[in-house]
Amino acid sequence: MSEKKKQRMYDQDVSGDGIHSIQKVIEPPKESSRPVIKYVLIGVSVLFLFVMLILPLIVVVVNALGDGWAAYQEAVLDEYTVKALMLTLLATVTAVAVNTIFGVFSAYLLSKFYFRGRQVLASLIDIPFSISPVIAGLVFILTFGNIGWMGDFLKAHDIKIVFAVPGVILATIFVTFPFVFRELFPVLNAQGKDEEEAAALMGAGGFTIFRRITFPHIKWALLYGVILCTARAMGEFGAVSVISGHLRGKTNTLPLHVEILYNEFNTTAAFAVSSILVLLAVLILIARNLVEWKKK
Amino acid sequence: MEQQIVKVKNKKGVKVIPGFGLSLGVTLAMLGCLVLIPLASIFISAAQLSFGEFIETVTSRQVVSGYIVSFSCAFFAALINVVFGVILAWVLVRYEFPGKRLMDGLIELPFALPTAVAGISLTYLYSDQGWIGALFDKIGVKIAYTRIGITIAMVFVGIPFVVRAVQPILEKLDRQYEEAAAMLGAGKLYTFFRVILPELFPAMLAGFGLALARGIGEYGSVVFIAGNIPYKTQIAPLLIMTKLEQYKYADATAIALVLLVISFLLMLVINSVQIYMQRFSKA
Repeated sequence: MSEKKKQRMYDQDVSGDGIHSIQKVIEPPKESSRPVIKYVLIGVSVLFLFVMLILPLIVVVVNALGDGWAAYQEAVLDEYTVKALMLTLLATVTAVAVNTIFGVFSAYLLSKFYFRGRQVLASLIDIPFSISPVIAGLVFILTFGNIGWMGDFLKAHDIKIVFAVPGVILATIFVTFPFVFRELFPVLNAQGKDEEEAAALMGAGGFTIFRRITFPHIKWALLYGVILCTARAMGEFGAVSVISGHLRGKTNTLPLHVEILYNEFNTTAAFAVSSILVLLAVLILIARNLVEWKKK
Repeated sequence: MEQQIVKVKNKKGVKVIPGFGLSLGVTLAMLGCLVLIPLASIFISAAQLSFGEFIETVTSRQVVSGYIVSFSCAFFAALINVVFGVILAWVLVRYEFPGKRLMDGLIELPFALPTAVAGISLTYLYSDQGWIGALFDKIGVKIAYTRIGITIAMVFVGIPFVVRAVQPILEKLDRQYEEAAAMLGAGKLYTFFRVILPELFPAMLAGFGLALARGIGEYGSVVFIAGNIPYKTQIAPLLIMTKLEQYKYADATAIALVLLVISFLLMLVINSVQIYMQRFSKA
């Protein structure tokens, strides 16, 4: 390697801190040695992301506005759309609240205490992750439906879960169950339990320990988990589709409403309603990146 | 105080931190009520089926073709995702270019975008009249309502899993190995395949497994583009759905049980291979 080339590499890398740039000079950086490969790989990546991720978003926006602004407004402000949005928000907020409580307690339990069956418990929590959403919906029908073993009891007490709002909420909770736990557990595990032990020995109570010691460590991870959980809960389709019974205005969430409109060949309305969900998804992505950036 | 200190010495500090009982109680109660008890129902229902009925249901031609479509498409989608996932992770870790942060933020889009929206949007894009579908239609390739379409939808939902599995490993990878390989006269390509790729392999496998599991179970984004032509593009989750709509709960349970067992076995195999490889590379 010529002296000149080395110098050029050094010039390119001075943006970083001193140690880092020196390290980079010693290493042969990929970028300057074979620019062709670099641009080909970046090109492939950009093309892949554009075709796979960006283009579907453009399709939604273009089709939503395809019949003009008035038609768009009509579809979005439709009575059933608003009701579906309300149910989606209700299910999402409930699922996030329940799973946050669960996530905090279970992550605390599994990272601060060692007990028999700890590994088994950790894998049990992950189950909803590897199950098809359709099966997630099915298990609730088999439990609470007419044929389910809880069915007679619920009927006797006039409680409706399947084909009703509670079922929609339960299915949403199920599919997003491990999300907060999975974000919190690695952070708490890496932190260890010395600090909590010290606090306990100095006489701090459980709540004080959590508030003053554990919580400051996990706040960003918690927020991150809540954001991921929100995204998944809001968009859940398969599980909710099985259990909701598609009652318009009653048990229809926004994604289900999109399906109904699409199957009625009301494409513009389907994409218009979709655009609400796209907007929410983009907001979630921005929030996710802000948290990521803050964490660093 | 005194008592607690004694406890630390005797029991290695297991119960020094308060809250064990409470957090164990809350965790078990919520896990039991919300996940395990409902999940047990599937086994209770399946136990009510006779063995003959069960076998008959899950070996019917429609069901078997459903499994084949789901598994083959999910397998190819996961393979495609591994290739593009490694390229994306590589580009995001090793190169600097304008718009890199935006690209990094976009990777999670399939997580955030509701599957039904992705489904109708991909269907529109790849149908005969769609922007991409029309191009391929000219050369006689149909994408929507075929297995190619199903695979594309599964690529869409699976890509973040591979990128996010490979990215942290690539970031931690010590460049000294590459340098050493270069010093010893290895070419770029040789270095990549013989030095870098083996290091990434466990992460790639983990990403592959997650993408595969997601693809097999995926319903929302696949069901629209699949078109649900019997024996050709019906996926297994859709068959469960169809049986439920016909109130054939026993059939639905049987199909779901097989799908569950196969998914668990697949994950088990992938996890074992991963553990074996990690041991092997350390030895």
